[in-house]
Amino acid sequence: MNSNSTVRKWLPLVSLIVIIIAIWYLAALIMNGNQLIQNLERKKQDWTYSQILSQAYQVKRPMLPAPHQVALELKKSVFDTSVNSKRSLVFHSVITLNSTLLGFVFGSMLGMLIAIGIVHNKTLEASLMPWVIASQTIPILAIAPIIVVVLGALNITGVVPKAVISMYLSFFPVTIGMVKGLRASDTLHVELMHTYNASVLQTFWKLRWYSAQPYLFASLKVAIAAALVGAIVAELPTGAQGGLGSRLLSGSYYGQTQQIWAALLMAALLGSILVWLVGLAETALLKRRGGLTNA
Amino acid sequence: MLNYFASSLHLGLIALQLVLVTSAEAGFYQRSPSLILLLLMSFYAVAALLNQLTQLCSSQPNQARYIKPLIPTIFAFMLILAWQSIVEGYAISPVLLPAPSSIFDALINNLPILWADFRQTYLKAVLAGYLLGCASGFLMAQWAVKSAFLRQGLVPLGNFMSAIPIVGIAPIMVMWFGFDWQSKAAVIVVMTFFPMFINTLTGLQSTDALHKDLMHTYAASKSQTFFKSQLPQALPFIFNALKLNSTLALIGAIVAEFFGTPIVGMGFRISTEVGRMNMDMVWATIVVAAVAGSLSYGALALLEKSLLFWHPSFRGNNKH
Repeated sequence: MNSNSTVRKWLPLVSLIVIIIAIWYLAALIMNGNQLIQNLERKKQDWTYSQILSQAYQVKRPMLPAPHQVALELKKSVFDTSVNSKRSLVFHSVITLNSTLLGFVFGSMLGMLIAIGIVHNKTLEASLMPWVIASQTIPILAIAPIIVVVLGALNITGVVPKAVISMYLSFFPVTIGMVKGLRASDTLHVELMHTYNASVLQTFWKLRWYSAQPYLFASLKVAIAAALVGAIVAELPTGAQGGLGSRLLSGSYYGQTQQIWAALLMAALLGSILVWLVGLAETALLKRRGGLTNA
Repeated sequence: MLNYFASSLHLGLIALQLVLVTSAEAGFYQRSPSLILLLLMSFYAVAALLNQLTQLCSSQPNQARYIKPLIPTIFAFMLILAWQSIVEGYAISPVLLPAPSSIFDALINNLPILWADFRQTYLKAVLAGYLLGCASGFLMAQWAVKSAFLRQGLVPLGNFMSAIPIVGIAPIMVMWFGFDWQSKAAVIVVMTFFPMFINTLTGLQSTDALHKDLMHTYAASKSQTFFKSQLPQALPFIFNALKLNSTLALIGAIVAEFFGTPIVGMGFRISTEVGRMNMDMVWATIVVAAVAGSLSYGALALLEKSLLFWHPSFRGNNKH
């Protein structure tokens, strides 16, 4: 019964992934094959389909590398190169991870502060809230170069400019979720605190803070994914010497498709691990409060 | 009476600061540092003014509709005033941070260039990618809501995709679809597909079973049930995705332009003008992007309001 239900749960996902990989191989065959045919015809050489078929998965700079080529590249750049080498993906991931985490921490703190201000002060709410929402309609990448130039002139370089961009992306979900959460405390409880003559500070620490926690964690998961996007995007225009974003950029300049795909896969892996870690912290904390409550 | 006196004093302080910024020669804070006190006092004046307006809002709910938009406007005005004063007062190099007035000048003087960029990035890439991505996400959700197999396969995949930085596919798309707007649209399609899919699916699944039964007793056809009962109930979720996607799409287009573009487009403009240290032009492009982003978001919000006036989340707003 139990194993049957696990099979039923995983079968669709696994079969979908198998289908995707099959399509991937087929697309790689067609796209690389076409490229090969064009190349050979330009050189006025004869070709046969069996020749194309055998060479399609061994092109040096394929239009679309087949999954096993990406896996090999990933293995080569993660396990077979020293961690300190510039060719190692671990080296670049650590750089990106640094600015992601720094930006995430700053962003969530800023988001919480703004939310606390908004909940306790009506003037702040009316003047700040529209701009918090409007801030997200500014495409983040547009300000990335400016932040780097301005901070560079103030002698701040390296991880901080990238972290600022991560912060800009990640503060928004935290603010929105936290405002909702701080206001989500039961009216009866708020009134009870009032009858106890509790100060604003006491109401905050003993009531509102707890009602906000489930909302906070839901937002933190969004925020950490956003922080990773911010860090990667920030590495594009800043001419960064390292990081997954700069790997993408150099891969695209030199036509190293396998390198692009490997960096992309690494970023995907990093993102899902980060979200999973926040989820783990969420479960651990909410368990202490007596189980997961769906916020 | 006293209140009236205080607020005219506040307004006077702000006006004085305005006069200082527009008339004094650049570098006035360096010559006489005590002038900064006026800026601090006008900050205080604006805070007091905003406080009064907020109180007015709650004491006169009839006029709150007109007062409410004033508050963020005054707040932004103060920020821009402070920006202008500090840049002018300390004579900060325009390479570092251009003053709002010079950004405005750059905006006015380069309207044809900015319009060409806007057309390339927004009217071609963003609109095409956004429409295609949202439509395919919506259609896929229609399909998935009927098939449990598809749902169980696609939903974990969609959740996974929301955790990863999809903008990274931009170099691949540029390689496949060329430098022009088609590659940018392709990035946007992939970015917008999954939020739309997940939200539409959640919306369609949250429909009330009782409503469906009621439609059945009315002998409603499948399309009638869908358009009159299920789609309206899913609309709040769909609009969430539409609004989220409208900001995602602009980011996607600008990021993709960093990996190659013909010599027009907002992302191209930003990267080249940063290289030439023309920061006022960079800021002007950002203003265009921000206005375009805010207007599309606002238009979607208005559309949502007009279509969802019956929904509890909108009816509730009238009370406050």
